[in-house]
Amino acid sequence: MKVLAISGSLRRDSYNTKLLRAAEELLPPEVDFVLYPGVKDVPPYDEEDDVQPAPMAVAALRSAIREADAVLFATPEYNSSVPGSLKNALDWVSRPVATNPLRNKPVAVVGASTGAFGAVWAQAELRKILAAIGARIVDAEVAVGHAPTRFDEAGRLEDEELQDQLQETVEALLAETRARALVLV
Amino acid sequence: MSTTTDTRQALPVGTWQLDPVHSTIGFEVDYMGGAFRGQFREVTAELDAEGETPILTGSAKVASADLKDENLTAHIQSPDFFDAERFPALSFESSEIDRAGDQITVRGGITIKGVEKPVELTGTLGEPITDPYGRERISLKLDTKIDRQEFGVNWNVPLPDGTPALADEVKLAAELYLVREA
Repeated sequence: MKVLAISGSLRRDSYNTKLLRAAEELLPPEVDFVLYPGVKDVPPYDEEDDVQPAPMAVAALRSAIREADAVLFATPEYNSSVPGSLKNALDWVSRPVATNPLRNKPVAVVGASTGAFGAVWAQAELRKILAAIGARIVDAEVAVGHAPTRFDEAGRLEDEELQDQLQETVEALLAETRARALVLV
Repeated sequence: MSTTTDTRQALPVGTWQLDPVHSTIGFEVDYMGGAFRGQFREVTAELDAEGETPILTGSAKVASADLKDENLTAHIQSPDFFDAERFPALSFESSEIDRAGDQITVRGGITIKGVEKPVELTGTLGEPITDPYGRERISLKLDTKIDRQEFGVNWNVPLPDGTPALADEVKLAAELYLVREA
């Protein structure tokens, strides 16, 4: 099983990327974890460019999602919503709607922010976007507020409750992925 | 001697199979003050009126849902709506059929998104006619209303005043043309 992780924050030391790495630690050994490196390379969506062959960065993202069994998203919150770069990348992935690689794909959303609320509104918006695209969204949430104080030097979540929520989210995502594999057999 | 009057009438005997080309199973739901309609292109139905208790069964393939916009067609097949990958079909099986003249009432269970609920369909049953190929046909028109929330089909979006854009009540309408098995 392969889980693709997509961080909505492009910064090298991003808390959301750290949160994805913390999730990686919770995966059983047989699960491959790939942190997607190329969201920053995706050009602004322009229908005129949405032709075959797709721009390389777009083709790479679509292909990475298609090959993954599940996708774990972590998003920060910019102006009460998701970062434009993440929304733009998802707009590319979503087209055409009927055959896009996120369709029916099990996905989970977590988030971290420097403020108190852990990107809860951005997470809600991201779930709405993913639902419109046709993804199979796991009903679980991790909201890491005050992110600079939440990780230890090894990148592990220090707060036990958050760690448990992340564990539950990862397990729910894997359960949904296994359930889907049974349907597709 | 019974004092009640039984108004039930028998259905035309036989096993009646769907003529899919001339049959439609459609749905209609209020959306932002207007109506939003669609139909399922691939449907099955059978009326087994051989025995004492006639049974009407039917199904509609979710992937065959046909709407006027391809993005909407794709959306209603996603987990947000019918979740076609996991629940490929809607189905119905009757438990009781009452007929009074051309009026017909069919009670049974309808299954949508894996959830079965009791439902009552009402409509009309035509008299058998013989087509140019010598086969007997009947027309069966039925409709009902269901609450989509009961089946976990709960997508919505609020209008500016906060009211939901898409109604919960969905009208289902079946126009079935059935041919008697030889």
